[in-house]
Amino acid sequence: MSKTGVSIPAEQRRALRFDIEEFNIKYSAVLDAQDVQSWPSFFTDDAFYRITAKENYDQGLPVGLVWLQGKSMFLDRVAAIENTMVFAPRYLRHFVTNIQVKDCNDAGEISAEANYLVVETLMEDSTKIFQAGIYQDIFVSDEDEKLKLKSRDCIYDSLLIPNDMVFPV
Amino acid sequence: MPDTRVANDGSNCIALDGMHWPDGDLSRIPDWIYTSAEILDRERERIFLGKCWNFVALEAELPKIGCYKRSYIGDFPVIVTRTEEDVFKVFENRCAHRGVEFCRELHGETNEFICPYHHWTYNLSGELISVPFRRGDKGKGGMPKDFVLGDHNPKQFRVARRHGVIFATFSQDTESLEDYLGPETMEQFDVVFSGRELQILGYYKNRLNGNWKLYHENLKDPYHATLLHVYLATFRLMVAGQKSAMICDSKGRHATAASAKDDAIEIDDDLVDEMKGAFRVGMDLNDEEFTRYVPEFDSPWTVTMSTIWPNLIVQRELNTLGIRHIVPRGPHALDMYWTMFGFVGDSEEMTRHRMKQGNLMGPSGYLGVDDNEAIKFLQDGFKNSIPSEGVVKLDPENEGGTDTLISEASIRSLYRHYREVMDL
Repeated sequence: MSKTGVSIPAEQRRALRFDIEEFNIKYSAVLDAQDVQSWPSFFTDDAFYRITAKENYDQGLPVGLVWLQGKSMFLDRVAAIENTMVFAPRYLRHFVTNIQVKDCNDAGEISAEANYLVVETLMEDSTKIFQAGIYQDIFVSDEDEKLKLKSRDCIYDSLLIPNDMVFPV
Repeated sequence: MPDTRVANDGSNCIALDGMHWPDGDLSRIPDWIYTSAEILDRERERIFLGKCWNFVALEAELPKIGCYKRSYIGDFPVIVTRTEEDVFKVFENRCAHRGVEFCRELHGETNEFICPYHHWTYNLSGELISVPFRRGDKGKGGMPKDFVLGDHNPKQFRVARRHGVIFATFSQDTESLEDYLGPETMEQFDVVFSGRELQILGYYKNRLNGNWKLYHENLKDPYHATLLHVYLATFRLMVAGQKSAMICDSKGRHATAASAKDDAIEIDDDLVDEMKGAFRVGMDLNDEEFTRYVPEFDSPWTVTMSTIWPNLIVQRELNTLGIRHIVPRGPHALDMYWTMFGFVGDSEEMTRHRMKQGNLMGPSGYLGVDDNEAIKFLQDGFKNSIPSEGVVKLDPENEGGTDTLISEASIRSLYRHYREVMDL
């Protein structure tokens, strides 16, 4: 993760950043719409996904609020949100910025980072910043040349979660 | 209509002597114990600073001499240290000079603490060791001649440890930690904390919008587990009729909700009918490994959730292990500090299994979310509705321990103890 991406030719970097931005726009739109069914389609079948506090990341501690490895765990998280978890209605809006292409290796894996911000609105309450953090991503291209996430580590600065966190970021 | 008034922010503002616990048995709990700032003041004095052992840290978080950690007793900030003499100390995180909460890092290593404001300096035992310009500058100013460093130490707490868990008390009269826990709670405590060296796996923190006591009640209320938590019933982690128990100490303040996962249990039509919304027929896990219990404890129970009064929860949910440290934040909120752990020597596979099952609990847990939301809904009820009282009548033959999930017996025993201590 120490790579800065400067070794990637500017033209390639520009193209990659555009593709990743398009990816994140679609990804955010799905989460804004709370279309959790569609969320796993952004990941490869063997993907890793974690949401963890910066405190843990900085110390190399492995826990995640959400910790998923492989498609079936993604599907079980989606099923739980849709069918079993009990929570008050809310609106969420995602803002993803400052995309950095860090590295691109021979295996076709693209390492990238982006800042994210999520604002939450509970019914009968004002809109509040819910979480600020950074995505540390590894993208690969599928057979249709479309980007998929092989790994997304969501590292949040907002150590004290307001009440709970129902949806992925 | 109960004799209570409510301020605009929901805090009950009436003087304590105007509050009357409903007469009769223990089956009713008045709203004002969850909303009154004066009640919280009395809880600080009589519970958190009273004859209680408060959880402050795990020894595994302070693995070396010189390590320290910020922590809380009630909502009072403290520092837990490991001194040069390899002694664990707990003292108030407040400069004896002007009151600065001087230790700002969550944890670290040091040989002294220097208050940033005027550089008063404390050693790892929490003793004031230097005051700049104590003798003044060129004979002018400075402290009075009779100023004694040792008279200006932050408040010290007594420390007790058991199998890697550090507790502190402010009272000189608190019984021994072992007597405080009692044999029933200690037995369950020792299953998780057997002396095996802990491996810290990470932290979560969240602020719940409810009174701190609601968290104890939640875990002393097995009734909700079969209903609120659709996940538990649907995936047969906890179903009415399976082997379970609420194990209480003789004073009724601690409790362990214990259950044994039973894959063979029959879920008949009557049970489905009682649980109505709580059981999703035909739903299966894609990842069947997820709910597997890897045997690792000498216990008939696959799940034990222990509430250790007043500020500790010990979670053993299958193979996901952790403690939760309760910090009250005014009458209407609490902070929950979670420390998740495994054991030194766990295989990579076991750590992965613990991480996987971690999805059950915590601020995003399949069960955790339900509880956090329910506690907020409760507090909203107390804050917003006409002041009233809650009803806890289930399982009237018992108080404290019981062997049915359909019970509120250990909520009643907690409030018998609470009323004695609080003089309510």
